[in-house]
Amino acid sequence: MGTEKSQAAGAPATKRQFRIWRGDETGGDLKEYLVEVKEGEVVLDIIHRLQSTEAPDLACRWNCKAGKCGSCSVEINGKPKLACMTRMSTFTEDETISVTPLRTFPIVRDLVTDVSFNYEKARETPAFAPPPGVAPGDYRMQQVDVERSQEFRKCIECFLCQTVCHVIRDHEENKPAFSGPRYFIRAAELDMHPLDARDDRKEYAQAEQGLGYCNITKCCTEVCPEHIKITDNGIIPMKERVVDRKYDPLVWLGNKIFRRGQVPQTSVTSEHSPGAVRAPAAGPPGFHSHAGASHDPKAEAQAQAGVNWHREVPKPTAPTLDESGKLPLTELTFDRPAAPSPFGEDVSFPLPPEHLNYAHPEQDKH
Amino acid sequence: MTTTTRIERHHYDVVVIGAGGAGLRAAIEARLAGKKTAIISKSLFGKAHTVMAEGGAAAAMGNVNSRDSWQVHFRDTMRGGKFLNNFRMAELHAKESPQRIWELETYGALFDRTKDGKISQRNFGGHEYPRLAHVGDRTGLELIRTLQQKIVSLQQEDQREHGSYDARIRVFSETTITELLLDGDRVAGAFGYYRESGEFILFEAPAVVLATGGVGRSYKVTSNSWEYTGDGHALALRAGATLINMEFLQFHPTGMVWPPSVKGILVTESVRGDGGVLKNSEGKRFMFDYVPDVFRKQYADTEAEADRWYEDPDNNRRPPELLPRDEVARAINSEVKAGRGTPAGGVYLDIASRLPAEEIRRRLPSMYHQFKELADVDITREPMEVGPTCHYVMGGVEVDPDSGAAFGHVRGLFAAGEVSGGMHGSNRLGGNSLSDLLVFGKRAGGHAASYADGLASRPRVPVPAVETAVETALAPLQRDTGESPYVLQQDLQAVMGDLVGIIRREGELVDALARLGELRERVAKVSAAGGRRYNPGWHLALDLRNMLVVSECTAKAALERRESRGGHTREDHPTMDPAWRRVNQVCSLEGDIVHLDRKPLPRMRPELFTLFDRAELAKYLTDEELAEFDALTEEER
Repeated sequence: MGTEKSQAAGAPATKRQFRIWRGDETGGDLKEYLVEVKEGEVVLDIIHRLQSTEAPDLACRWNCKAGKCGSCSVEINGKPKLACMTRMSTFTEDETISVTPLRTFPIVRDLVTDVSFNYEKARETPAFAPPPGVAPGDYRMQQVDVERSQEFRKCIECFLCQTVCHVIRDHEENKPAFSGPRYFIRAAELDMHPLDARDDRKEYAQAEQGLGYCNITKCCTEVCPEHIKITDNGIIPMKERVVDRKYDPLVWLGNKIFRRGQVPQTSVTSEHSPGAVRAPAAGPPGFHSHAGASHDPKAEAQAQAGVNWHREVPKPTAPTLDESGKLPLTELTFDRPAAPSPFGEDVSFPLPPEHLNYAHPEQDKH
Repeated sequence: MTTTTRIERHHYDVVVIGAGGAGLRAAIEARLAGKKTAIISKSLFGKAHTVMAEGGAAAAMGNVNSRDSWQVHFRDTMRGGKFLNNFRMAELHAKESPQRIWELETYGALFDRTKDGKISQRNFGGHEYPRLAHVGDRTGLELIRTLQQKIVSLQQEDQREHGSYDARIRVFSETTITELLLDGDRVAGAFGYYRESGEFILFEAPAVVLATGGVGRSYKVTSNSWEYTGDGHALALRAGATLINMEFLQFHPTGMVWPPSVKGILVTESVRGDGGVLKNSEGKRFMFDYVPDVFRKQYADTEAEADRWYEDPDNNRRPPELLPRDEVARAINSEVKAGRGTPAGGVYLDIASRLPAEEIRRRLPSMYHQFKELADVDITREPMEVGPTCHYVMGGVEVDPDSGAAFGHVRGLFAAGEVSGGMHGSNRLGGNSLSDLLVFGKRAGGHAASYADGLASRPRVPVPAVETAVETALAPLQRDTGESPYVLQQDLQAVMGDLVGIIRREGELVDALARLGELRERVAKVSAAGGRRYNPGWHLALDLRNMLVVSECTAKAALERRESRGGHTREDHPTMDPAWRRVNQVCSLEGDIVHLDRKPLPRMRPELFTLFDRAELAKYLTDEELAEFDALTEEER
């Protein structure tokens, strides 16, 4: 039965067992279907076949059927996937295939969920800030510089990373404070955008998007149909650099040397400081002048003259603790063995003299 | 029925139907003009068919070849459309597209770059110079995401200013409009339903912008998604507007033909732009046999010259694989019909033997990815199997070129993007649609806003029209004797695919019209099982009547036009006829009967006319027109 007609390219059709969740917000259950499957088909084809035969009102989102629009996200045998990208040939002949709606979002009907959570989070993420004074047509960027953001702009907003994320998957209570991987990479994309005028993307991700909730289990990366390295290229750099700024070891050292109340309005660090107190005139945003080299001619000149009194001290910041009141264990995700240098990995010793705040009692008198 | 007909009412200044590139750009413009704007999206926000555009957006920025200019772009567009284009639209498009692209960068778009940091531009079929701004092969996604994020940024402004994201621009996602409502000859609003709940929604608005895209869902093999049911075309017709050029449909030459589940999905033209070649089952690179006389001068006649072009385009002629789409589609069709096709009924597109695997993955990342995941085919190792697939409709709402306002007897209706007609003539060049929707989306949005401003009084929505709209919408659910909408759709697709497809014949077109007549009666009695909540069967039942009326327009216009030109090929009239070039066929609706009229094409302004070579014009124009051209050039001397 079922094979008498419709033999595509000589391939025989077989019947396969499906279990599809049917219902709405009031409840529902898995319904069994025995459906014809032809060679070369994907799960979405089977859903379409069901719609045109025994289940005409089976609700399922889809659009492009080519893995480009991210509409047909469902959970297939419990794994979040695009129905249009899941080939039937990846299942064994006798395997029962279960198709259920995304677990993290409220049910609308059958395989359709209410994904408005994602659109709300999108609206809360600050938009691209165009560089002031640059006319349309005058934007200049190098390919290597745009590529990092381009990786994240491949996102098709299928929300598979959002549904798989354990912070919200079974924790409705975390939703208000947590934007999810999709919007962490949006923040990362803007942070890495060569011309974005805002320089607080990381701080924003930490303070407003709930980046701290993420403990890097990489589930999001695993389900991403675009193979975006969400964790490695997006979340970890954002976390590392947030931590980096908040625990600036040189700030810590400065605070030790100049005791409370004695802290002068200078420091050994230049822009290695939270956005709020960044020296306004120094360099383009995103340009981190660490202790190893200074590119600021004013600072250089001052260094020649002795003490660099005009450097600003970053305000000491309270450590960010996680919910358990402990520091996040970032070394677990660090890219090299052993503990990182307490002075930051990009500081080499000896420090160049112009970065020291030491005033020689004799030479610097005048 | 016991269901209450609760109708949610909204008041807006401008309602934009469609949330693809044109719709979003129109909405941005209307909002920037200070109008309260609604965007109606048939699917989720950001999923529109624009994401499928791969190649790029054509704009004569001259970043890669400084000899490019709007004049050259204009000429290419007219040539591609076989001179049937509305010249004014082609002119505006060529002039304004660079600004529209640059503007996207201020919204946050990240195009691929040249060495000196400008927007990189790539070669594409029919374009004389590298002209397509692109992002790998996912330019459409970049465009839609950028516009989507711009709308979010406007909403954030409104949130700061008015305390609500939705204060001045709101997206109604998964909402379908079924009727436009009129007050006399003025647009008064739009009626539709939320897909999720099945609840009705009424927008009262003096200006409506149609940006609903195309009609491809009426075809068996198509790259278009379920949304492409010709809603805007049908809404415009029913509101008293007219459609032009409906006989011209573009069949993309290279859609996937294997595996069957993804039949119709496009393989971007940039595969050919980057060196891919077409071969038949005998391994022959056959495109050299299909260069039409009008193109001989620009295209190579030996493989050696064609291959040199990729490296040195200034001193060699282009490979024939980069001929305009209709020529390539027809060539593939002929090869397959001559028995030199692949087992699945296509031809081979080979890039594997032309570029190193690493280079293919770098230049065509999503193509590589798509084939690997969907078909388990590694395009760096084996050739693809491709064939023509219904892709784009050149025809659409007849509009004023400058404002996008619909012609016919309706006011307050605007159209932009694929749903509008004229810009592309009989055939669209690749890359011209992304720039089309930016240029004319902006124009339609801006003009809709100023139209709303200029009104002395707001049109009122007549109550009986709303009641009729509710009845029509609920009818398929209340009938249980009719046929399934899925069956009717398949039958319609079969008629259009088999009889009004890429190659057309008089007898078949007559037959098609008869069958469409039968289908009309069956569609009027369609019934949908289930309730109103997210019921795809019901949604399809409501879309069917739109698909049907648009299909009738196409079939009627195709029967009437006795020549072959661009996206319209008549086997019984295989050549271009200069007399037909001067004619647009205009469809209108009288009752529910499609009426066809002829209308002369607007005459090109002299300074545009003289941009062309006489020898080239001679292939397209009548003697009378050529005499006019000679008189013009005479004056100049």
